[in-house]
Amino acid sequence: MITMVDVAFQPTSVASSKPARKSSSLKSALQRKSTVAFLMTLPLILLIGILVIYPAFYALHLATLNKAMTKFVGFGNFQFLFKRDTFWMVVEQSCLFAITAVIFKALIGFIVAHFAHNIPSKKQRKWRGMLLVPWVIPPAMSTLAWLWLFDPSYSAFNYTLSAFGIGPISWLGEVGWARFSVILVNVWFGAPFFMIMYLASLKSVPDQLYEAAAIDGANWWQRIWYVTLPMMRNIIAITTLFSLIVTFANFDITRILTAGGPLDHTHLFATWAFKIGIEGSDIPLGASVSLFMAPILAIAAVFILRDISKRGNEA
Amino acid sequence: MSSLAIDKAGPRRKVKYGSMSRDRTWALRWSYFFLTLFAIFSLVPPIYMLITSLKSSAEISAATNPWWVYHPTLSNYVELLTSNQYLRFFWNSAMVSVVVVALTMLISVPAAFALSRMRFWGSATLATGVFLTYLIPDSLLFIPLFKMFALFGDYTGIQLINRWYVLLFIYPTLTVPFATWIMIGYFASIPKELDEAALIDGASWFQTLTRIFIPVALPGLIAATIFAFTVSWAQFLYPLVFTTSTDQLVLPVGITTTLIKGDVFNWGQIMTGALLGAAPPLLIYAFLMDYYIAGLTAGATKG
Repeated sequence: MITMVDVAFQPTSVASSKPARKSSSLKSALQRKSTVAFLMTLPLILLIGILVIYPAFYALHLATLNKAMTKFVGFGNFQFLFKRDTFWMVVEQSCLFAITAVIFKALIGFIVAHFAHNIPSKKQRKWRGMLLVPWVIPPAMSTLAWLWLFDPSYSAFNYTLSAFGIGPISWLGEVGWARFSVILVNVWFGAPFFMIMYLASLKSVPDQLYEAAAIDGANWWQRIWYVTLPMMRNIIAITTLFSLIVTFANFDITRILTAGGPLDHTHLFATWAFKIGIEGSDIPLGASVSLFMAPILAIAAVFILRDISKRGNEA
Repeated sequence: MSSLAIDKAGPRRKVKYGSMSRDRTWALRWSYFFLTLFAIFSLVPPIYMLITSLKSSAEISAATNPWWVYHPTLSNYVELLTSNQYLRFFWNSAMVSVVVVALTMLISVPAAFALSRMRFWGSATLATGVFLTYLIPDSLLFIPLFKMFALFGDYTGIQLINRWYVLLFIYPTLTVPFATWIMIGYFASIPKELDEAALIDGASWFQTLTRIFIPVALPGLIAATIFAFTVSWAQFLYPLVFTTSTDQLVLPVGITTTLIKGDVFNWGQIMTGALLGAAPPLLIYAFLMDYYIAGLTAGATKG
């Protein structure tokens, strides 16, 4: 820390002493380091302040109004939500969706990263390129392809399955299958991200550790458990946390695939808030629903802040 | 447990001795086998998009093998690329993405420079705060933002809702925090001696940024640009909330709302539209894969 301050100070004093002699005080104020720095960050501060922080608090305010937004109702919207079965269903579905999808994304990502790490590095590029394609296609577009693959009458999956004598599955029509399909598409979209992250961190594990483990007679499972996993602990934690937030707040996939159906059984907080707040024009109730995503964000923020400050101390 | 495992491994190791290379070939074969499986899983939807886009409506509704094109035709492509509506979506998407990328870089590069090099009161807190705002999802902000822009229209008479350019104000909230974060990481990795030398030679802070930092951190700049472009191109929730007239829509919303007419799904055209819409990010990815991946991993590793 101390060295940084020293280094940062020396050039400033050199730079600021010159204009001071040129008399004009406004000019020198504009060339002072802190002024320049402030002006450079001002657009960023304004953007975040007006279009991120303010709306976040505005959502809190909106949630306390009645539907016509003329009267303050306090916790009225929340009391109303707590009495509705659909709300509790959405809570349950959001948690189920996020946790299941993230677990499978992480597992598949880990396994695929291992296989990709096994092959010669010249060929890795090609494979990595193919495996990352789901992450590159805009989810709204790729989900349309899945919607078509799941089509009730022309499903290409059902055509293939019928060759094995497995009867037509109503992919998006039955509650269980609809939930499965939504999670499957999310896993398809998100697993490549985990794969890339894990592959990058696998490359940073020193080979000597594996050699030492092999000499000590560790089998492949022990090598993963005692060498790979501890070395990747940080990256696993942070990727899972990111993905948990993004998955919990997911909108595109569920909206296009099922729009919450059948009978609200695949609604997540985001899609339900959209249905109530925008389609149903009950903005305060919609804002109240979307605010339930805030607690998980707060928990994640605490962990990430702790991680950042830890790294700051190490540096 | 561990001692038992070692005991067992002891005698067995003799049997296996000398078969290291054979073990490795088998591990390699299994790796290729599973990678092929996962590649199929990854590529089935885009390939199926391509297959469907080459079919006529008659072939799609016929009970033939859906995985094969018997009478390939480009009619879907011709129809979409000559339809003013679809070209309008494409144009809107392109305009929004290009302007948002420019805005993002104009805001985040100077900010990242100031936050990484010109330490001032609150700069560390601000850097962390920027990263935290990246974590606030669009699905939490769309309702208050919608109401804010509606009220703004009521008070000032400037109607922004249902205009494509309203997205120019909103998309930077998604792209700027992460782009700034990436650039802070890249700028921090530039040796201090470089900008000290520039300052001693009489360069102003602005010149240090444009002559030293931007050229040296060009890979980071490209990664951040790619990131901002792909995010703007793919964003679905905000345009769905803020735009409704067909001439104001961007691609993702345009395809899902106009090509699906009631219960009639013209799947050939939907798949063609989606594939053409996915083409720009796919092309960028194909040509600049390393930058793309650098941007992707920067968030977690440079944090």
